[in-house]
Amino acid sequence: MPRYEYPAFDYVTPPELLGVGDAVHPVAIVGAGPIGLSMAIDLAMKGIRSVVLDDNNVVSVGSRAICWAKRSLEIFDRLGVGKRMLEQGVTWKVGRLFHRTDEVCSFDLLPEEGHTYPAFINLQQYYVEQYLVERAQEFPDFIDLRFKNKVVDHKDEGDHVAVSLETPDGPYSLKAEYMIACDGARSPTRQRMKLPFEGQTFEEKFLIIDVEMQDSPFGGETAERWFWFEPDFHNGQSALLHKQPDNIYRIDFQLQPDADEAEEKKEENIARRLKAMVGDKPFTLDWMSIYRFTCAKLDRFVHNRVLFVGDSAHVVSPFGARGGNGGVHDVDNLGWKLAAVLKGEADADLLETYNSERSHGSAENIMNSSRATNFMTPKSPMERLFRDEVLKLANDMPFARRLINSGRLSVPCSLSDYLPDTQSDKSTVQLGAPIIDAPLHGAQGETSLIEILKDRFTLVSFGTKPDFESNSVDQIVVAKAGTTLDEQTFADISGLAFKRYGEGLSYLFRPDGHVAAVYQTPDHKRIEAAIHANLHYHPQQAAE
Amino acid sequence: MTKVFDPNADHLGKYQDDFYEALMASHEGLSHDQSNRLNARLVLIMANQIGDIDVLKSILSTAGKDSERGSS
Repeated sequence: MPRYEYPAFDYVTPPELLGVGDAVHPVAIVGAGPIGLSMAIDLAMKGIRSVVLDDNNVVSVGSRAICWAKRSLEIFDRLGVGKRMLEQGVTWKVGRLFHRTDEVCSFDLLPEEGHTYPAFINLQQYYVEQYLVERAQEFPDFIDLRFKNKVVDHKDEGDHVAVSLETPDGPYSLKAEYMIACDGARSPTRQRMKLPFEGQTFEEKFLIIDVEMQDSPFGGETAERWFWFEPDFHNGQSALLHKQPDNIYRIDFQLQPDADEAEEKKEENIARRLKAMVGDKPFTLDWMSIYRFTCAKLDRFVHNRVLFVGDSAHVVSPFGARGGNGGVHDVDNLGWKLAAVLKGEADADLLETYNSERSHGSAENIMNSSRATNFMTPKSPMERLFRDEVLKLANDMPFARRLINSGRLSVPCSLSDYLPDTQSDKSTVQLGAPIIDAPLHGAQGETSLIEILKDRFTLVSFGTKPDFESNSVDQIVVAKAGTTLDEQTFADISGLAFKRYGEGLSYLFRPDGHVAAVYQTPDHKRIEAAIHANLHYHPQQAAE
Repeated sequence: MTKVFDPNADHLGKYQDDFYEALMASHEGLSHDQSNRLNARLVLIMANQIGDIDVLKSILSTAGKDSERGSS
């Protein structure tokens, strides 16, 4: 299998240096990683232009984020790269837990049928970034990708942000109505603004390696997530194994807090650890790093004209795959809101709901990631005692199996406490819940609920079409098998859509797929009022 | 409160991680001796909450079996 070849993207002299630049860009995105690129594509699909600024001109070196969760894949589907990711990625849904040499239990993250995307795929970050760059290049009128354009300063001028940059052709500056910092865990934007970014740092170090091996270290060909507590091959610590495309395997080794990083990074020491784990299989080291994990978030993600998205706003330990996936949820949440503000459909207060909703989502991610990391790194003899006895009890008692925490894997948060009151009726899927996929049959053939909802508020009626027309909402009808199909009418051949949503109910989905309202008998007044309420909702600002 | 001890039942359900975190937090900052005493008090208070002597004896027997086997 040929190694991934890192494409280098062209640097182009920015128009500002040629004297022909936009007076004010609607949006400047700092960072062309998976989050910055997704942000640009999301905005472009809603007709919002952005300029993407990155100091580099290659995709992520090394695999880095590899686990992409179902909801993220659904969002990537909307952005136009989901299918390509699914095709290239390694699909998995089962996690298996081992204690010492014995398997303790396993869990299935998606036991039911009828979903377009699996629980997870593993795909190296460089593939994801490459696909996103190529997708972004399909919007030349909306996305201005500027590689080797390093942001060195910015100033919020109240009604715009002035951004200072350095390029191979020299320095320049530009203005943007909003600046979105997608510049990662060590965000220079955040540091420049001296914003506190504090949280829990775990003492233990973790050695993360990607190795290419022709022979699978798993028993069979089916990829799973394997996690060991105290395996014989790694003296008393924990270890995690994932499969990636191109026969590359991700292995996390927990190290002692006082581990000597230079020593651990030596190839012979990595080879020794690997040999203990997989035996004498030949391997090539593809990438490695040693981390000490921190879970932290900004108090606020919205600072007037500067918005924080992804790792710049929040970081987690990797157990649970809630870092990259959490960032994708941020993009999904912010895209339609910022587009509405820039189009004048909502005032800037709507961005406050991005702050409150994603603060809530990232706090949930941090809570889950912290708990998992605490479980695998007991801080006291008593914590270790409880952990050890949970692992032993798990052999016989199901409740103890569920106490074992090697990572609670990424699922989208509910926004039930964060939405305006829309006088909704009782529903099967709760208000604020993220969309649940279901297979559908359309005039063009097989499709699914997540594939037909696009970028706008959409009313999906399970049963018959409500008797009204409205310009402010897209309408979809999911009808019983046998109904005549058209652009708006889809058939629930499997019965899963009715089962999941309840027959006779109409769901109003926000553009990011969260349930905003549910009615038995919707009319245009209620729908328009619900959309208006969502576009003009002002959550209570937390007391300073 | 259940009157029959079922080792396969999961009464914690979705509160598994909330409980475990709270349990660890209750031990935070304690010496090993203080932690042991806290555990003893927890057993006694939880026993009182369970109340049923047959259930308690079943729990004692199940927990004890595990500690004999897991002597490693």
